Amino acid sequence: MNQAHVDFVLRIADDSLILGHRLSEWCGHGPVLEEDIAMTNIALDLIGQATSLLNHAASLQGEGRTGDDLAFLRFDREYRNLLLVEQPNGDFGMTMMRQFLFDAYRTILFERLQSSSDEMIAAIAEKSLKETKYHLKHSSEWVIRLGDGTEESHARIQESLNTLWRYANELFYTDAVDDEMRNAGILPDLSDLRQQWENTVNHVFQEATLTIPANNWKQEGGRKGMHSEYLGYILAEMQYMQRAYPNMEW
Amino acid sequence: MKEVNITELERMFQEKIDQDIKIEPKDWMPDDYRETLIRQISQHAHSEIVGMLPEGNWITRAPNLRRKAVLLAKVQDEAGHGLYLYSAAETLGADREDTIDDLHSGKAKYSSIFNYPTLTWADMGAIGWLVDGAAIMNQVPICRCSYGPYARAMVRVCKEESFHQRQGFEIMMTLAKGSPEQKAMAQDALNRFWWPALMMFGPSDGESKHTAQSMKWKIKRSTNDELRQQFVDVTVPQAEMIGLTLPDADLTFNEATGHYEYGEINWAEFWEVVKGNGPCNKDRIDTRRKAKEEGQWVREAATAFAQKRAARKSA
Repeated sequence: MNQAHVDFVLRIADDSLILGHRLSEWCGHGPVLEEDIAMTNIALDLIGQATSLLNHAASLQGEGRTGDDLAFLRFDREYRNLLLVEQPNGDFGMTMMRQFLFDAYRTILFERLQSSSDEMIAAIAEKSLKETKYHLKHSSEWVIRLGDGTEESHARIQESLNTLWRYANELFYTDAVDDEMRNAGILPDLSDLRQQWENTVNHVFQEATLTIPANNWKQEGGRKGMHSEYLGYILAEMQYMQRAYPNMEW
Repeated sequence: MKEVNITELERMFQEKIDQDIKIEPKDWMPDDYRETLIRQISQHAHSEIVGMLPEGNWITRAPNLRRKAVLLAKVQDEAGHGLYLYSAAETLGADREDTIDDLHSGKAKYSSIFNYPTLTWADMGAIGWLVDGAAIMNQVPICRCSYGPYARAMVRVCKEESFHQRQGFEIMMTLAKGSPEQKAMAQDALNRFWWPALMMFGPSDGESKHTAQSMKWKIKRSTNDELRQQFVDVTVPQAEMIGLTLPDADLTFNEATGHYEYGEINWAEFWEVVKGNGPCNKDRIDTRRKAKEEGQWVREAATAFAQKRAARKSA
């Protein structure tokens, strides 16, 4: 087993799983019925991506575990998702801003991963890219609508940006795992990731009349399993059945 | 002179109904027909939307990824059904926002089954199997309803409901052949949902104030008791097949009629829940109202933005 390869896949998988979980919390509580449908649809895409990726990680591990085992039986220190995706939903604007910052990054990542030498990752990236492009369209339209809507919506979404901006830097986190994956051809060149992401984000924020906060405080740790306090509660809820009734078929 | 015309129009209308010609939004229809349909379709839409909540309650706790995805898809389908149904009601001139306000004020009703809590994972099985099963019994005849948009919406809804019913039964079957705790969980869910599922067909024919006229107008094609009987006849053997027991000591098969006879439904409970006194009525409506209130600023922003863009375009 190549640990870096497993970690690399888990990082992508956990982003999908945890963000999918957060979005699914909205189900039945959206601001309009159409958004209930859209958010559940996006959650469903993300859970689907997580399933494919976790199954792949489990097979790379080769220890007889399944994707479900990885989702439901790992502890929070073993989770590799970004801090951004575990942040609470807040109001609808906070959810859309979180989604937008993430989608802008994910679109570029999946575009590149289509040429990964890991054929499974390439195939998952190709399928997920189609979904993610739609997610980005949806979230960026809402960021613009709320930013350039009413005074109240502008103030709210600007506040969401101010809150979430500290987690944006982690999108570009790299360490030895990435180096090893790049050397193996599994991770294509991403040296312009930040530049490409900033192009998208600056363009949308300009249309939305939003200002990037001057505060450059950068919070990270998720990729190494150092999470915020929120993740423990997400997992307590998500893993409840598997922890309470171990080793059963459902 | 006007009186005569209306009588004549009503005669022609009933003639169309009798010949199974669909009534379309622009056709003349009696006010009572329109009102009955608006009431029924919007109740149906509200049931889909409120019905998202008891199942939504288990999405974040689903026991594995496949179940989570299926449950999400199912609840999303329900939101979609709500949307078609609100649109069908709009073809009759009912504004969606007004209809929703009627739900929130308690003026409009929804299926009383959704006022029962979902306490365990097995409830996801029981709801799919029994509640969607009962909904199919109720809705398949509506595919032949005299009002075109409602009938057509129902064709699509029924296809999805039958997938929902199968996934619910499959959850129950998996639990019933699982560990003793799982089987007990399935039995407990069946015990709690069986009687409320039978109540979903509404009051007995003798008590149902809308049935006769709705049958004549072909809004309704079977009576409440007929549909309830069909449901019992189909469901009892399914429960037996997976080794679960129905919580009805009086349940017997009548060889002569070929039907199952079931015990007395607790109508006092039914009417209490309809009146708003079920275990979750207040929570359900409070949740829906809160979603609307908290989304107010979002809807206002969307409107303001659309106006700004339209103004900029025309400038």
